[in-house]
Amino acid sequence: MAPILDIKGLYKSYGSTEILKDINVAIDPGDFLVLVGPSGCGKSTLLNCIAGLEPISGGTLSIDGQDMTHVSPKDRDIAMVFQSYALYPTMTVAKNITFGMKVRGVDPKTQAAKLKKVAEQLQIEQLLNRRPGQLSGGQRQRVAMGRALVRDPKLFLFDEPLSNLDAKLRVEMRTEIKALHQNLGATMVYVTHDQIEAMTLATKIVVMKGGVIQQIGSPSEIYDRPANMFVADFMGSPAMNLIPARAMKNGSGTHIEIANSTGGSIVLKDTNGHDLPTDVILGVRPEDIAEPGTRQDGVHQDAECLVDIVEPAGADTYVVTQLGGKQVTARLHAKTNAQAGKSQTLSFDLSKVSYFEPGTGRRLN
Amino acid sequence: MTDAVYSNTGVRSQMTRIALRWLLYILLFAFALFYLAPLFVMVTTSLKSLEEIRTGDLIALPRDVTFDAWRTAWASACTGIQCEGVRPYFWNSVLIAVPAVMISTLVGAINGYVVAQWRFPGANIFFALMLFGCFIPFQVVLLPMARMLGLMGIAGTIPGLIFVHVIYGLGFTTLFFRNYYVTIPAELTKAAKVDGAGFFRIFWSIFLPLSLPIIVVTVIWQFTQIWNDFLFGVSFSQAGTQPITVALNNIVNSTTGVKEYNVDMAAAIIAGLPTLLVYVVAGKYFIRGLTAGSVKG
Ligand SMILES: Nc1ncnc2c1ncn2[C@@H]1O[C@H](COP(=O)(O)OP(=O)(O)OP(=O)(O)O)[C@@H](O)[C@H]1O
Ligand SMILES: [Mg+2]
Repeated sequence: MAPILDIKGLYKSYGSTEILKDINVAIDPGDFLVLVGPSGCGKSTLLNCIAGLEPISGGTLSIDGQDMTHVSPKDRDIAMVFQSYALYPTMTVAKNITFGMKVRGVDPKTQAAKLKKVAEQLQIEQLLNRRPGQLSGGQRQRVAMGRALVRDPKLFLFDEPLSNLDAKLRVEMRTEIKALHQNLGATMVYVTHDQIEAMTLATKIVVMKGGVIQQIGSPSEIYDRPANMFVADFMGSPAMNLIPARAMKNGSGTHIEIANSTGGSIVLKDTNGHDLPTDVILGVRPEDIAEPGTRQDGVHQDAECLVDIVEPAGADTYVVTQLGGKQVTARLHAKTNAQAGKSQTLSFDLSKVSYFEPGTGRRLN
Repeated sequence: MTDAVYSNTGVRSQMTRIALRWLLYILLFAFALFYLAPLFVMVTTSLKSLEEIRTGDLIALPRDVTFDAWRTAWASACTGIQCEGVRPYFWNSVLIAVPAVMISTLVGAINGYVVAQWRFPGANIFFALMLFGCFIPFQVVLLPMARMLGLMGIAGTIPGLIFVHVIYGLGFTTLFFRNYYVTIPAELTKAAKVDGAGFFRIFWSIFLPLSLPIIVVTVIWQFTQIWNDFLFGVSFSQAGTQPITVALNNIVNSTTGVKEYNVDMAAAIIAGLPTLLVYVVAGKYFIRGLTAGSVKG
């Protein structure tokens, strides 16, 4: 299948500051690509480059096999939902949605029919004669979606469309967008700095930092096998524990030695036969640290740890201990017996851990 | 016990508040009187006969109200050798001000739109130069402008004066619209571009409908400037194309013998009425436009 969007070696600078560096991304039809990264890393800029709203400084960009590097936004067959929604303030909702068709000279009958269909789809029929100023945030968001949907483009671009909504509405709309994507089978590029949004929506995630792509992969690839410490730390909540440790070859396996808070150390035996340097960073997700005997799958290694803090969070209880000079969070059963100040046996799932090089942050296994 | 104490201080603060409020009203009233006094004198004087002016008190109300002075000022006062009143000059001013205001406002709107929303290389320098244009003293441009008008063949004509006022007003109108349009989020323009709209389409369908407050501000500003202008009017006109400000000056300065204060006052009021009217009609938009912030919604 030919990719719908193909970006090759894209660079973007404002004056002498390089904002995007060597971006290479391809999206297949029906993909839901999420661009995620911290604020200011260039996500919106990349989206604007895809839309043609910002000229690019190097590289090429094609949509559905056609070179679009220098084509103006209106001829790219894309639709975009902006972070601020950017609804036309003096036009009614209906006019907002049909403006694009009107500009393109679509005949009024088709306009009305499409408007009706989209309004039904998004349940905004009763709002059609209002102005944006008379709508709530969630309603504006829907109208902005409607304006994009009505166009039926090759590619949808979303720039943090949910970031202005309250937490509850955000979760609702997230589900709705996911359903919309499944029903339409449309190709979407979605920008967010919310890693949970990224995980739940994406078929493919691009993690960016400082204008450079850190990793491209499916949500599970990104989550289970982060390419470097930045991705490991950024994706997942609570974040992956990154514990400084010493690796020592021991027969077919490796001993991972980690200093604990009482001056001693714990030793985990990794039997996967990774070839590790002496100094490593051990990356463990909080859910891969459990109480002994509660998880069946995986390769478990038990160790005694001193519990510093116990944080019940409803479904789970987070237990914080100190290892390798870092706070380490474990996600335990809600009814755990762990108590602050007491010792607790914790079981580490070594089949799921990641190893990173301390200097470069690169993944080792 | 404590209740009583509280209510006591409550009453006292209430009374201070009322006292302060009255003080404020009295002060404002005094200021209003001060500013209205000249207008009062002008209006009453214009309604008096010359006889009464000579014998009466400056601030007294007219004993016999007469509109003779107004009639004279409008249709038969002498501006030099001609004695047609201010009427022809009033229409000259209308013919100059109305097109000049319209053109400078429209062009300023487009300029402001470009500078604020279509950043082009050198946009900042362009805008800075434009701003600089606002601060060039009138006197400096007189000679070059006279030469320009001569070269263009419109020296001494009404189109010539329109041209001068449009050029001189553009700095201000561009500034007004630019400052208004920078508050409109750039995403609005982007959305319209993605929707397929072009430069003028976006201006016409999205920016202009948002612009009423700033249009009103600009129109009031420009109209006041152009209508009240004397220097350009006196420099670039000739007999038959002079605006009312020039005529007013001529009426006041060319009377020989007894000064007809009542006629002078009436002519001055006539000259000032249109700007007054514009303020009264559009004043509330003026305030709103000056304080209008970003576009909500
Ligand atoms: N017009 C511009 N001129 C110069 N620098 C710019 C311009 N627009 C953006 N930048 C810079 O480019 C970088 C990336 O900006 P961008 O808006 O793409 O970030 P982002 O990843 O979308 O962040 P956020 O999550 O906060 O929206 C920022 O450092 C910003 O300062
Ligand atoms: Mg952004």
